[in-house]
Amino acid sequence: MLPKREEQATTTVPKVSPKPKHKQMEPLKPARRKVKKDNHNTTGYLFISPFLLGFFTLTIFPILYSLYLSFTDYDLMGTPSWIGLDNYVRMFTDDPTFWKSMKVTFFYAGIAVPIRLVFALLVAMALNKIVEMVGLYRTLLYLPSVVGGSIAVSIMWRQLFGNDGAVNSILGALGLPTHSWLGDPDTAIWTLIVLYGWQFGSSMLIFLAGLRNIPKTYYEASSVDGAGPVKQFFIITIPLLTPVILFNTIMQVIQGFMAFTPSFVVTNGGPVNSTLLYVLYMYQRAFEYFDMGYASAMAWVMLVIIAIFTALIFKSSPHWVHYESDNK
Amino acid sequence: MGMKNKKWKKIAQHTIMIIFTLIMIYPLVWMVSSSLKESSSVFVDAHSLIPDGWHFENYITGWKGFGGISFSTFFVNSAIISVVATIGSILSSTLIAYGFARVKFAGKNIWFVCMMLTMMLPFEMVMIPQYIMFNKFNWIDTYLPLILPTFFGIPFFIFLIMQFIRTIPTELDEAAKIDGCNTFQIFYRIIVPLIVPAMMTSAIFSFYWRWDDFMGPLIYLSTPEKYPVSLALKLFSDPNSVTNWGAMFAMSTLSIVPIFVIFFLFQRYIVDGISTSGLKS
Repeated sequence: MLPKREEQATTTVPKVSPKPKHKQMEPLKPARRKVKKDNHNTTGYLFISPFLLGFFTLTIFPILYSLYLSFTDYDLMGTPSWIGLDNYVRMFTDDPTFWKSMKVTFFYAGIAVPIRLVFALLVAMALNKIVEMVGLYRTLLYLPSVVGGSIAVSIMWRQLFGNDGAVNSILGALGLPTHSWLGDPDTAIWTLIVLYGWQFGSSMLIFLAGLRNIPKTYYEASSVDGAGPVKQFFIITIPLLTPVILFNTIMQVIQGFMAFTPSFVVTNGGPVNSTLLYVLYMYQRAFEYFDMGYASAMAWVMLVIIAIFTALIFKSSPHWVHYESDNK
Repeated sequence: MGMKNKKWKKIAQHTIMIIFTLIMIYPLVWMVSSSLKESSSVFVDAHSLIPDGWHFENYITGWKGFGGISFSTFFVNSAIISVVATIGSILSSTLIAYGFARVKFAGKNIWFVCMMLTMMLPFEMVMIPQYIMFNKFNWIDTYLPLILPTFFGIPFFIFLIMQFIRTIPTELDEAAKIDGCNTFQIFYRIIVPLIVPAMMTSAIFSFYWRWDDFMGPLIYLSTPEKYPVSLALKLFSDPNSVTNWGAMFAMSTLSIVPIFVIFFLFQRYIVDGISTSGLKS
């Protein structure tokens, strides 16, 4: 029933395009009455028709198509050949690199996301306390986030932690031992984690806005009751920030799982696959080995993992997320 | 006594904040300063922020690019992709947001949920089937796969603009209706002028994302003449082939200049946009 409506909406699209011509208004009057009778369905679907078009062609169809591909062997030449669950079987039982990339990604997201969020919260709280020059601090601390998505920053990071880079140079100047940060499988992933944590600016802004929404009177009242800053943090700040924390956590977890550019540019997955993030491995499978079926299966596995994570976070939210209206 | 204590506390606070801020922006300053160092001495006393003279020639050398293609080409390419995609995103997202926020129609809630789910669906999850699809259309090595999808609206912007429309009193719409405006006229005469700030915020984010986009160009473009700055810079900085480090840092710095300029011109929109996007969910 619903797809029918969508067709209806798209077939009416040509009718709107000459609309600007109707600006004179006169011949329009009888038509308007008709629209009203229509319960605005046509108008509504007309407005959201770009979304519907994109939703079906660029989201629903690709997702289903990739599910189909995940059961096939397809190298972009010829036609996909059905191999049933082979890709999944191979992935789970016969591909150590897959498990390695999974492990690396969980380690990366599991550490980098909390670091970013905690950092963002602490800095936001500090900024919330300070009166002078807040704007300047905020701007400067937000800068890493602004440029963080660029290739330039990943390249800079690679040189920063390179053997002759600034980090080793600082350590050397301080008389501390230098280290091959990117060459050592144990430390390479940490350079990426630090890069992720360094871009805490957006979360910081969201937390800061959340903190400013907490009425000062709450703190004053609890002060009267004898609560110190630590107790206030746990009984006022954190509970009232939980909706913001929920939103941030979900977005950051997804972003953490999907990280690609840093590992592609800074380390290209190495050394010995120690920074082979999931999406990078998927990219290699798809666009270096042209193993489209296998890569699609990988995409589906990740999709399920993200869905489970998001559902878990949402499901658990009634237990820890505090909405203002619950109080009243 | 109390006053004095307060003063010392303030000084301590600011000292900590200043040190912390300096550490955080050190890498960026380091990149700029390395772009001015003499190429052979970039990694001598690498941490130093004061260049050994001002070697602006790094910028001239770097601008020449590689393979006979200069960075002028790459910057123009990036600008074309980013600007057209941004126009597409904003036009479509505004229309869609208005439809969701103000028009009553059957099935609205279902589509809204679909939209929110799409917002959480990472591009990487549909990248492969989309690639195969665009490959079938013979769109590989064109800008179409990078630009066209933006004309179907970007869920994050739709959401952002919707939140903004919701703050406009519906009385305004009703008054306009009484004056004889139909839904489309209400949209572009009443609503659009009022939601310019949200459209600006979306446009800025859209520009950033397109300018920084790396994976899209990486999988879709194969002719170097068509590369945007992001992809060109990756090739230009390939550790196995770079000999002129100063030039590499110079081009890295230049590649983020547009981002900086927009940030400092429109900071208010960005900060407001981010703050509200996280709060009203």
